[in-house]
Amino acid sequence: MGYRFGVKSYDLIIVGAGIIGTACADYASREGLRVAIVEPGPIGGGATAAAMGHLVAMDDDPAELALANYSLQLWEDFTGIEQIEYSRCGTLWVAGNATEFAQIPEKIARLAAVGVPAERLESEQLYRLEPALQRGLTGGMRVPREAVVYPPGMARHLLNRACVRGTTLYPLRATAITAHGVQLEDRTSLAGSVLVATGCALPQLLPRLPMRSRKGHLVITDRYPGVIHHQLLELGYADSAHGDADSSVAFNVQPRPTGQILIGSSREYGNDTPEVSMPMVRRMLERTFRYLPALRQLNALRIWTGFRPVSADGLPYLGRVPQRPNVWVAAGHEGLGITTSLGSARLVIDQWLDRPTAIDARPYDPARVATWA
Amino acid sequence: MAEHYDIVIVGAGPAGLAAAEAALGQGARVAWLDAQVTAGGQVWRKDVRYGWPRRVESIVAKLLDHPNATWMPQTQVIAAEQNALLLQDERQALGVTYGALILAAGARELLLPFPGWTLPGVTGAGGLQALAKQGWPLSGRRVVIAGSGPLLLAAAATAKRHGAQVLGIYEQASQAAVHGFARTLWRWPGKALQAAALRCELAGTPYRCGSIVARATGNDALQLIEVDGPNGVQRIECELLAVGYGLVPNVELAQMLGCAMKREAAHPYVAVDDSQRTSIANVYAAGELCGIGGRDCAWLEGRIAGLAATGSAIEASLLRQQRLARRFAANLREHFKLNPCIHDLADPDTLICRCEDVPLRALENFDDARSAKLATRCGMGACQGRVCGTALAELGRFPRSGQRPPLFPARLSTLGDLPSPSDTEGLF
Repeated sequence: MGYRFGVKSYDLIIVGAGIIGTACADYASREGLRVAIVEPGPIGGGATAAAMGHLVAMDDDPAELALANYSLQLWEDFTGIEQIEYSRCGTLWVAGNATEFAQIPEKIARLAAVGVPAERLESEQLYRLEPALQRGLTGGMRVPREAVVYPPGMARHLLNRACVRGTTLYPLRATAITAHGVQLEDRTSLAGSVLVATGCALPQLLPRLPMRSRKGHLVITDRYPGVIHHQLLELGYADSAHGDADSSVAFNVQPRPTGQILIGSSREYGNDTPEVSMPMVRRMLERTFRYLPALRQLNALRIWTGFRPVSADGLPYLGRVPQRPNVWVAAGHEGLGITTSLGSARLVIDQWLDRPTAIDARPYDPARVATWA
Repeated sequence: MAEHYDIVIVGAGPAGLAAAEAALGQGARVAWLDAQVTAGGQVWRKDVRYGWPRRVESIVAKLLDHPNATWMPQTQVIAAEQNALLLQDERQALGVTYGALILAAGARELLLPFPGWTLPGVTGAGGLQALAKQGWPLSGRRVVIAGSGPLLLAAAATAKRHGAQVLGIYEQASQAAVHGFARTLWRWPGKALQAAALRCELAGTPYRCGSIVARATGNDALQLIEVDGPNGVQRIECELLAVGYGLVPNVELAQMLGCAMKREAAHPYVAVDDSQRTSIANVYAAGELCGIGGRDCAWLEGRIAGLAATGSAIEASLLRQQRLARRFAANLREHFKLNPCIHDLADPDTLICRCEDVPLRALENFDDARSAKLATRCGMGACQGRVCGTALAELGRFPRSGQRPPLFPARLSTLGDLPSPSDTEGLF
């Protein structure tokens, strides 16, 4: 692209510096692209900051599992970096009843098929690993290699690496996608391919890609090291995560490297206000106490909320935007954006580079969304 | 579980006590609560050795005995919504609903970072006073009091009464400013008397103006301080250092309720009308919350709020006295303005966030509280940014970010227990 007065040219202009945008900037700059990244707010300040930071392979959908597994392997390069706080605590799925327990062999088989080791736990093994769990649980499944991270730390790390390779950060709002690139709020024009990674805010720039916000609450405690050891989830979690109920809660609790305990999770459609909803917090904690009654006496320090970007079918949009030459998208990861960020970035950038992708990219093609017809 | 009261009063210092007395006098059913075990607030904190001032003792006794008054000690407001509060005491969670709410949560000390401020043995000036009154042993200990304002004199007098050897009081305001202030006192004869009594009590204790504690050092605990004064740097060996740079209003609950704020320098206070009404219906604020005004002002405003909240007439003389008290506070503020070099005392290694051990250096590249918090954990600890957030606002870095429940660290059971079936509708 030629030089025009007042216009700066890049190979790729990434809009949004959440974990998806920064992962794209990191990989694109590594591959030698001239990259600009546009972000008016804090780095990793949206859904990235609100996320738990659990690196997990969900096995219910084959495409989702493939992307998660691809990404989890890429995450292995980030285990030793302080600000990312990578902690391989493993995931422990808890079976509350015989029906849930009976699903475990099938889940283990699905994970084994992509190379993720997991083991079934009888109840006595479960209590040996997590003595604080409520008595009377049937058993569980342990996925020992999974981990937790600090997502805003990862976003900053990725951005810093990209900037070292020459990526330019524009701390401004992108007001429009133009025929040549992006217009910023101060009227600066950037020319080049555009990759929109703005999560819930996607419709502002790409109104034809459906995106809903799914509100969540998290509660964090004071420091209580050793109360729990694994990321703990109920096996019914996927029903809450993948169901389409207006609101749902699931037991999902995490030991932070600080000794703090991070408590989730809630899901709500149709509530776009960031305020903490005490009824939702109460429902979430009530669910938590069923599994971990010992938490009742611990002190909570903070509660926050955030919004998960949900695409039309629950899978992220990763690829070229139909009918828009030179416009690309990486958004709509719902609750799995931290886990799948690195794989998502490769999938999009490799397509941009016209290279073969490591996994099948078709399930994520934005063209699958019917509204283009 | 949710009990209804005509009036709920948050804070049992002078403003809260006066509000309770006034509202009970009008026949209202009143709940008054405080985070402390006993009423009195900071300024009238019950002294384990000397008790309350006599006047306070009789007011508290009257309120405790009153059939329409419910006293809730060691109780904190955890969350708030329209006409309802979620409370927590030492044992349980409680819900209350109210006809009117009077906020009288007072103020906390402005603690500003300097090298060594986190050493054991370094406290706030009001902090030392509170510790002394709670029976912390001070007898024979070498104490230095520093910072700004008349609170230093009160803290020194309390320390002395408890047997401390007060080596000196170091006031940051210049001698000219302090003398200027003294010359205005004839307009407030009560204050002049109070000042004279304190000076008598502190006879023999050096009082130095234009002096700032620049550094505190020691191995495991405080041993030595450096005071920067008009005659250069002075080194003083001491065991305790109490530094307070004045007070900042505890506005967090008012902010959560959505009350409109005003700003005095870097710190917000609650905007009220002549009847102590905030911008939110049925919510009143009195005392330090509405701008640092001192004990007398708090008492008068508490009484006005108690009368207004019960729909009673407010005597013109009360309003006149309140205005006079506010003028005194403005005069005080003017003369004890902080020397800007206090903002530059911290080294790059000085901890700013004491909960999360975040040094000043780590905050250098941030210009908003949220980015700094996400990157460094600054303000993520148990004080919820009350200390570091207030200090950073004072230092002109960035204001504190917004309020969310829990207002104070709260037991998960307080936040998570389902309301009983008899629970009032509309409570959360």
